[in-house]
Amino acid sequence: MAAKNWSFRMTPTRAVLMALAAIGGALMVYRLVVGLGPTTNLSDEWPWGMWIGFDVLTGVALAGGGYSTCLLVNIMGIKKFAPIARAALLTSLIGYLLVMVGLFLDIGRWFNFWRPFVSWGHTSILFEVFWCVSLYTTVQLLEFGEIATEKVGKRWHNIFKKILPVLLIVGVLLPTLHQSSLGSLYVIEVGKLYPLWWSLLLPIFFLMSSFFVGPAMVSLESLLSSRATGHKPEYNVLQSLIKIAGYMMLVYLVLKIGDLFYRGAAGLVFAGNLEGNMFLLEMIAGIIIPLIICFTPKLRNSKAGLATFSVLVVAGVIINRMNVVFTGMSDYIGGSYFPSAIEWLVSIGLVAMGVLGYLFIVENFNIVPKEHHEVHEETDAVRHTA
Amino acid sequence: MSKAVLVDITKCVGCGSCGVACKMWNNLEYRKESPMLGKDSKLDAENWTNIKLVETETGAEKQSVWRFVKNQCLHCEEPACVSACFSKALQKTKSGPVVYHTNLCVGCRYCMLACPFDIPKYEWGKVIPRIRKCQMCPGRIKEGNSPACTEVCPTNALTFGEHKDLLKQARATINNNNKKYVQHIFGEKEAGGTAWLYISDVPFKELGFRTDVTTQAVPYYTESIMHLTPAVGLTWGALLTGMYVYNRRRNTIANEENDNKKGK
Ligand code: SF4
Ligand code: SF4
Repeated sequence: MAAKNWSFRMTPTRAVLMALAAIGGALMVYRLVVGLGPTTNLSDEWPWGMWIGFDVLTGVALAGGGYSTCLLVNIMGIKKFAPIARAALLTSLIGYLLVMVGLFLDIGRWFNFWRPFVSWGHTSILFEVFWCVSLYTTVQLLEFGEIATEKVGKRWHNIFKKILPVLLIVGVLLPTLHQSSLGSLYVIEVGKLYPLWWSLLLPIFFLMSSFFVGPAMVSLESLLSSRATGHKPEYNVLQSLIKIAGYMMLVYLVLKIGDLFYRGAAGLVFAGNLEGNMFLLEMIAGIIIPLIICFTPKLRNSKAGLATFSVLVVAGVIINRMNVVFTGMSDYIGGSYFPSAIEWLVSIGLVAMGVLGYLFIVENFNIVPKEHHEVHEETDAVRHTA
Repeated sequence: MSKAVLVDITKCVGCGSCGVACKMWNNLEYRKESPMLGKDSKLDAENWTNIKLVETETGAEKQSVWRFVKNQCLHCEEPACVSACFSKALQKTKSGPVVYHTNLCVGCRYCMLACPFDIPKYEWGKVIPRIRKCQMCPGRIKEGNSPACTEVCPTNALTFGEHKDLLKQARATINNNNKKYVQHIFGEKEAGGTAWLYISDVPFKELGFRTDVTTQAVPYYTESIMHLTPAVGLTWGALLTGMYVYNRRRNTIANEENDNKKGK
């Protein structure tokens, strides 16, 4: 009986999120009915805008927490990180679902979305991205099935448990391939994308950054949801997780600098133009300052340090993706693109939906360890008094 | 077998016949706000070709002149758009044209980003939009005719023929009039070679051509990465499985030892 208890606390924040999600949802339908022209500021000059740049490219990177944590916990068997594995999986799953919606909205002939499944344009990087992202979302849904069946459809639970090892391995394999492919997408912009970003190493840069942004996202989300739901974050777990991210970032930084010198583009960094400055912002705020925090034990072990690190790394990856999609292309394309109100509201609506979905699932399934019983009691209490 | 068109910029008088022929043959709309001829003309969903007026200077005396540059898809030998399309909506035909199949297109617009000459355009105003660009009249070519635009050119600025013959002809023209022509055949090497070739008396850069484009066929870059994928995937997959199995065994052994200790 108790298993059927669904709960969802209403708070003012959640009411606002619901309103944003509703507006976003309505505009999505509107977009599908009237087409891209009237709803976005896209043009023949700027065929890819916010929905691809932010919702898809950045979304996929930020959802990387799922596979990096899965790799550490389930494949490499580092038990220490186990308590956060489920939360990481959940964020990732929701992230990918949002990415799928974002992609769907952005493609012009959306009723044709299934074409690449049968008409194999296998030379295209997009083909790889398309297959990997759809398969991986399915895999994550199945992985979540193991969690869901603890509460609903219990008789399926054992089946899910049995196939889990395969899912876990495929679930690390696929993201590795498509996270890097997202970078490869821009390799075709040879001579178009500004030299600070265009490199044959783009796939490796995208892969590495998607890996190290994972721990930052997981920490950020733990810190935020601890405020929203009252769970205490697993501080020492997060801190060691961040250290792993730090080592990866160090390698990334070295590789990035080496690559710039190798391609003779290092001089552009301090050119003082928009591209140079945006590049500096991305590297200093998103990599160098977080690295300092990460490798100064006093800073890393403080709550504020952890929070700053996470926010900066996440922001750094967002800036990086935006730089590749917009800053780095604007010199070649000329003209300007700024997302329309509808583009903004849809993107915001998507994020709101994601947050609401996350909160709902955290409150109703075993995502966060140990203390979840308290939540139930707490929410039960709320319901009884209400 | 591969067909091509040679454009001699010095011969074009900007009459616009080719543009009209293109509109008529392909049933394209005339739009006042988007002229196909003149300074402000550009390619779009309904302008598959445009004839751009460029005012520039030439010769030792810096004489100011007008030149007319016909733009359209260059029908690359190894097209970036074809390589980028993930549903095979764009295909290179044996005889040369790069054609678009509406029913296969998903509308992702990656081809627009991929094309080194920014040719594919999109029907932004339509609910169910298509990619639009010059198709090089594949139907006409199949029947042994030349593309509509080359058929009507009154000054022989456009010559249709075999790719290798036209290259020879272009080289001969610029060599025999070496005072007049720039020593460059645009499209011979650009983006790995294109089916449309241009010769001119004014440097191509001044005419708005993308002269810094790579001479490597664009698909080379991404396809070399794509070819790595299966190998990387397999190796990584094997590695992950290995790690997983190893760690699981280690854990089971550790658990057993724990149990043994507890048992004692
Ligand atoms: S010019 Fe552009 S659209 Fe035309 S074949 Fe080449 S890559 Fe494709
Ligand atoms: S928009 Fe259509 S033609 Fe262009 S790459 Fe996408 S599916 Fe292919």
